[in-house]
Amino acid sequence: MANSKSAYSFAGKKQKPDTHIIVVWVDNEAGVLARVVGLFSGRGYNIESLAVAEVDQKQSISRITIVTTGTPQVVDQIKLQLKKLVPVHKVADFKREDKNVIFKEMALFKFVANNGKLNKAFEACKNFNPVILDKTNKSNVIQITALRREIDIMSKNLKKFGLVSVSRTGAVAMTRGSEIFK
Amino acid sequence: MPKLYSGAKIVFKCLEDQNVSHIFGYPGGAVLPIYDELKNFNSIKHILVRHEQGAGHAAEGYARSTGKPGVLLVTSGPGATNAVTALTDAYMDSVPLVCITGQVPTHLIGTDAFQECDTTGITRPCTKHNWLVKDVNDLAEIMHKAFEVATTGRPGPVLVDIPKDIQFQKAKYKNYKNNKKLNGKSHNNYSQKNIDELINLISKAKKPIFYTGGGVINSGTKASELLRELVYATGFPITSTLQGLGCFPADDNQFLGMLGMHGTYEANNAMYSCDLMINVGARFDDRITGKIDEFSPKSKKVHIDIDPSSINKNVKVDLAIVGDIKSVLTTTLKTFKKSKKNFSKSNKSQISNWWEQIQKWRSKRSLDYIGSDETIKPQYAIERLYELTKDKDAYITTEVGQHQMWAAQHYKFNKPNRWMTSGGLGTMGYGLPAAVGVQIAHPKKLVIDIAGEASVLMTMQEMSTAVQYNLPIKIFILNNEYMGMVRQWQELLHDKNYSESYTAALPDFVKMAEAYGCVGIRAKTPEELDDKIIEMLNTDRPVIFDCLVDKQENCFPMIPSGKPHNQMLLGPKDQKEKKITGKGRTLV
Repeated sequence: MANSKSAYSFAGKKQKPDTHIIVVWVDNEAGVLARVVGLFSGRGYNIESLAVAEVDQKQSISRITIVTTGTPQVVDQIKLQLKKLVPVHKVADFKREDKNVIFKEMALFKFVANNGKLNKAFEACKNFNPVILDKTNKSNVIQITALRREIDIMSKNLKKFGLVSVSRTGAVAMTRGSEIFK
Repeated sequence: MPKLYSGAKIVFKCLEDQNVSHIFGYPGGAVLPIYDELKNFNSIKHILVRHEQGAGHAAEGYARSTGKPGVLLVTSGPGATNAVTALTDAYMDSVPLVCITGQVPTHLIGTDAFQECDTTGITRPCTKHNWLVKDVNDLAEIMHKAFEVATTGRPGPVLVDIPKDIQFQKAKYKNYKNNKKLNGKSHNNYSQKNIDELINLISKAKKPIFYTGGGVINSGTKASELLRELVYATGFPITSTLQGLGCFPADDNQFLGMLGMHGTYEANNAMYSCDLMINVGARFDDRITGKIDEFSPKSKKVHIDIDPSSINKNVKVDLAIVGDIKSVLTTTLKTFKKSKKNFSKSNKSQISNWWEQIQKWRSKRSLDYIGSDETIKPQYAIERLYELTKDKDAYITTEVGQHQMWAAQHYKFNKPNRWMTSGGLGTMGYGLPAAVGVQIAHPKKLVIDIAGEASVLMTMQEMSTAVQYNLPIKIFILNNEYMGMVRQWQELLHDKNYSESYTAALPDFVKMAEAYGCVGIRAKTPEELDDKIIEMLNTDRPVIFDCLVDKQENCFPMIPSGKPHNQMLLGPKDQKEKKITGKGRTLV
């Protein structure tokens, strides 16, 4: 490093990264998702999952929930940069460990197996509000809602019961209790 | 029944209501309806450039020298993509621009039509915001909002993309209303408590320094006045970034010169050793901080900035004051005067050791160079240019490279808005079109582009614009036949392997000037330099001045990248005295 050939300085000390859930309320207009996502990719931030839909038809406000990892400095930058975007109304940031916030993700599992295995699969899902959405004599589709990590584990463990396809939504978040984020 | 106007007419009505007097542009298929309306609006003058990048930089020069937003009008496809460099430049240096682009008709969008490109997609990362107008009824509101976004908060470029069919369609014109804040984005977010804290730090500091930047200039001339008042009232030393030059008089004793990679020895050492750093409208750019882990290790840092995302981005600060510089400085001065009468007298002894130390650094005279009787030293050329123009309230633009740094070091600015340079993006070819824009805004003033021969060739075509509009801009080329800064880095870091940094077959700039219909002047020796500069200044036409300078000269002092502020590389004079050999070279 003594004989630097770079026109730029070297990366300094790194802080420890954390997983954060960032919730962004935006005007539901053309290109707004591209603005938010482009900000992440353009500045080199991670997106682990993304969930977005309109939540207020009258004022056409969409709510975007992004799971990201970053050092405290990066997460601060993400929030501040997001707040600068013109269509962004407010930005909330929760740590994954935060007990006051509910995080949920929905997944659809398709199993192809004999009846015995299908029943075992449903049994294995029972802690995660399983709903059978479709059933034939050799397959079924089960919907569960759970934490990200739980779904990660489930989709691994259920292979033995004939899991052939997984579709999941990305996490959404809501604070507990009567308070809302302003 | 209210009157209906075409989209094209609405564009101009908006520009009129925003008091726009000049637009820089280039016509093309998708903006023809707008160009057709030009004749009906006498208060708006169109400046025809020769390349859309030139329109962008000219608008930047116009904006930087006036504080008003610059407006450019270009066509779809290549018109828009050519403007991207200028938009990015304006984004990096916080220059308010409103770029209006034509777009293919709505029904052709997405079909890969002739001269179609995804303009809003391409410019999304290089504008504060952009709009594709899909309904003519939204046009007026979008146009006015565009001006509001460009000029409020941290200024920057915006873009409005208008499909051709929208330009023909008719709608009511909605007059400009300064309606509610954009999604509640406020720009002054500080409290009296912050100010009290700042004043407490000021009163305790033994080794303080003000570090000021382009934010002071963007906040208006009043901000510069307030800054001067505060600096004089405290008696503290002050240094400035490249973009901030001019907000404090360069010939004042309290001014330490520019800081950063090519800043002065005293400014950089003061930044390293201070115990209180007050950053006013600067952003801890990597050309300023050097090695971030060793940046000013012992200081309390205060950051005053209008952009909350600038705080703690590169450097963690102890006190953040988010707000417009003018407003923050007004409050600070008010509180300061009330609570600290006679501060500068009582404080003098507290910081006298600090000033002594600074004088020691100053005595290194880090901007000195070895003069010559035979060849023109580039630093000497700038010094002479400064001496001969200092009473003329000149406006200086630059390109990017060694000449830019020499201009920043040796030309002394005493007023804000007199110095237009591409700092953040470092765009070669910025200076000539910027000078066009500055001269349009200030027709009677002296406008000089201090240029390098490589940079100026990138946008040379705009000389034609200067001639068309009788703009007597002076292009002062420090011609060393090299991309000088590239050559310097290759000399210092790549064992003098001058890979592709020499320009063979340069044009004859004097003949080139004549071909464009302007005046060419060449200076070859130090002896004739003054007379030639005077000849240039006495010419009331555009001039290309070909100043043949020393080809080997390097720009010093210099902080090699990856090094902190206290490990500067000084010029050849000092190196000789210290006999830095062998080991010293690994510094770089």
